[in-house]
Amino acid sequence: MYDIVIIGAGVTGCAVAYRLGQYAGRVAVIDQAHDVSAGASKANSGIVHAGYDAKAGTQKARLNVKGALMMEEYCRPLGVPYVRSGAMVLGFHEEDRATLEALYHNGLANGVKGCRLIGREEVLSMEPRLNPQVLLALDVPASALVSPYELTLALADSAAENGVQFLLGTRVTQLAYQQGAWQLTTPGGVLTARAVINCAGGDAGRLHNQISTRQVHIIARRGQYYLLDHNKPALFTRTIFQAPTKMGKGVLVTPTTHGNLLLGPTAEDIDDCADTITTRDGLKNVLEKARLTFPGVSLRRVITTFSGNRAHEAGGDFIIGAVEGAPEGAFEAIGIESPGLSAAPAIGDELGDLAALFLNLPKKADYIAPTPLPKAFSAMDEDERRAAYQKDPDYGRIVCRCEQVTEAEVRRAIRRPVGATSLDGVKFRTRAGMGRCQSGFCSTRVMEILAEELGCELPGITKSGGKSWMLSGGIGKADQNAR
Amino acid sequence: MRDDRIPVDLLVVGAGPAGLAAAIAARKAGVTSLVVLEREDEQGGILNQCIHNGFGLHRFREELTGPEYAQRDIDEAQALELDIRTGTTVLDITPDKLVTAVSRERGIQVFEAKAVILAMGCRERPRGALAIPGSRPAGVFSAGTAQKLVNMAGYMPGKRVVILGSGDIGLIMARRMALQGAQVLACVELMPYSSGLNRNIVQCLQDYDIPLLLSHTVVDIHGRERLSGVTVAAVGEDRQPLPGTEKYLACDTLLLSVGLIPENELSLSAGVQLSPATQGPVVNNLFETNIKGVFACGNVLHVHDLVDYVSRESAQAGQAAADYLLGARPCFLRSRVCDGQGVRGTVPQLLDIPCEQTPETVELMFRPDRVYQNHHVTVRTPEEVLLSQRRMIFTPGEMAEVKLGPAMLEQARGKTITVEITKEKQA
Repeated sequence: MYDIVIIGAGVTGCAVAYRLGQYAGRVAVIDQAHDVSAGASKANSGIVHAGYDAKAGTQKARLNVKGALMMEEYCRPLGVPYVRSGAMVLGFHEEDRATLEALYHNGLANGVKGCRLIGREEVLSMEPRLNPQVLLALDVPASALVSPYELTLALADSAAENGVQFLLGTRVTQLAYQQGAWQLTTPGGVLTARAVINCAGGDAGRLHNQISTRQVHIIARRGQYYLLDHNKPALFTRTIFQAPTKMGKGVLVTPTTHGNLLLGPTAEDIDDCADTITTRDGLKNVLEKARLTFPGVSLRRVITTFSGNRAHEAGGDFIIGAVEGAPEGAFEAIGIESPGLSAAPAIGDELGDLAALFLNLPKKADYIAPTPLPKAFSAMDEDERRAAYQKDPDYGRIVCRCEQVTEAEVRRAIRRPVGATSLDGVKFRTRAGMGRCQSGFCSTRVMEILAEELGCELPGITKSGGKSWMLSGGIGKADQNAR
Repeated sequence: MRDDRIPVDLLVVGAGPAGLAAAIAARKAGVTSLVVLEREDEQGGILNQCIHNGFGLHRFREELTGPEYAQRDIDEAQALELDIRTGTTVLDITPDKLVTAVSRERGIQVFEAKAVILAMGCRERPRGALAIPGSRPAGVFSAGTAQKLVNMAGYMPGKRVVILGSGDIGLIMARRMALQGAQVLACVELMPYSSGLNRNIVQCLQDYDIPLLLSHTVVDIHGRERLSGVTVAAVGEDRQPLPGTEKYLACDTLLLSVGLIPENELSLSAGVQLSPATQGPVVNNLFETNIKGVFACGNVLHVHDLVDYVSRESAQAGQAAADYLLGARPCFLRSRVCDGQGVRGTVPQLLDIPCEQTPETVELMFRPDRVYQNHHVTVRTPEEVLLSQRRMIFTPGEMAEVKLGPAMLEQARGKTITVEITKEKQA
């Protein structure tokens, strides 16, 4: 019997787990994916929204502003990349002025500091590559960038170091309250817990509706993106939004914490939250809209395209707290679409504390503070690199040439508390395979290191767990390992 | 300057066929302080995984496999006692030719070089760069990665294969996978012609009854965990898919052979100017870039079809680097070479033609922008036609070349030279 089971190992679930790591109790995180951060948490814009957008008075607005204010200090002990980049919302027509003014006033009502409306000249002096036809913009200095999957992975590591178990590749098919305990049915058996916290993103509605008399309705909203190679110097330093118009919400152009450029997302309502395909029309749409902001965008710089699905609740707001219409001991974070990443520190702390209070869990005396992620080799200066090599000669071996990831870093990614077990696992922890060649050169080497570290044969290595096998079998001598 | 800098006259980045040929030539021309850095554990570059034959017909008049071809250079380099450091990745090159490298054996090393030869080769264009819609399952490989898995690691990436793009590596891998028992359903090519060598179309596709679908492309990728199939469609003259022509092919593997990109990230860090047409450095007839003493050769300069020509070009670059290090350069007038009608990516882009001595013959290399039959390659200055030679066929899959002799170079000295493909002979 667990004290608490958190369903969902995205940024929300891991933020809750991180908080609960401070309490004495038996806690687990369960997710159907084979790694943490496998859903929307790895496929979003990576922006810490300042909070001018969410309608004043909503949970979204409250938790966005609260989380955004927390984020920098939240990331620091974890060693997660955070950049106070600032943002702009562009207006191209006179009628956009009223829209931007409304955003400005909404920001004031939400307590966002520093926003101002600025004219074309100032806009272009701040971001010279913008479309010169811009008329005005809302300048949002409080906006920031965070690496969403690195944040999620770091939260999971710290939680795991403090005893939180991660049950990955395990789908909860049925959630029910029986004989005074929560029963979580999985293909491998039934787990029981005194409390559950539903942070299951696109799947959260299904689980909620199994236990509550008050139904929710989650709509999967797909967002497609282009990811471009890094540029030195950066093409843009800020996140550039477009003022929403009758024609739609527009797309953003933003640097990432690693200096790539991201274009997107679309917003398409689809039936299946697990369906993260990209489409010809969707990508075309992103490009056309991104060109309004950045006419000089070059497809030669495109590294990859991807999509992520936001869990939109029909009511439009986050639903946070004890599950209404359900037996006690059930908590939830439902409809965590944008600004869910920005709100994650606030949601994690509030929901974690709420569940701990419900069970009267005491704070841990032997809490282990998070170990910050070590600086990436690619970000080190010469002396730091020499020092790293002195400690571990595996720093002398470059595995991924595009992102300059060393063997030491790949091995560490596999040995982390919630370690990588697949190529994608290594990629999101180290950036090996995330560069311009898209793992063409490093995938074989990463597979070999994975096989060594995990103690399996090469054909046992997968792209992302499950049936995502990489090799069908061997040739000649290696044939005995055939699939 | 820090005291831990390692002085060296010539630093060669890469010990593939280009780097080896360049280093050997430079050593033979008298350069003694010379270091070659190679990121892989073996010398020979991509040749090591090219276990098929067909290499060396021009250079050795023999038909060698890739490793055999590489071994000839490796042996010669060894006989010359070249200092070749494998397992060593170059991290950065500055415009002052400070070269930072790292290896497991030696850690971080910073070389202070008088001359640098860039010979990093090229990389394959990945799926992401094409923005093929669909899901992102396991089972989509670039052809070269699959080649490495099969030929080096000894594992098969899959059993039912579709190949997108008819570049040479894709064609070679179609045969390799078929030989190893995989079912190769089709080789799908966007263009109305293949970008591979004709001999490979015959020997790798036709001989194995693998259909080549010209003017087709992959429009959708299916499968959540492992690839389950692709949708293929015909394309129109604008290369856009034609609605109604979609066909589903169930497969577990998609190999991409959709182009090679010279790998010039280090060149950029050194301040080297690149050509948008070749995506390689802009060089003169001595293969020198805009950064004095920095030379480029092989696939980092422009993507070749045959290694024989890589070796020849790189030997010239090695000789030029030696001349740079060892001697004074005669005075010259610079001519600019431009791509004219039908021509893409002429290399070299600049000709530095000596003023007071007879120029040596220069070979211009380029690719046609499509297939031309019975056309002429014409080289002209604004005033006159230097030459106009008839060719049976120009095809984008095979690099074309044209030689400019001493007399023509003297005529062209200091002028803009245009290379074009013309239907009629020009006078």
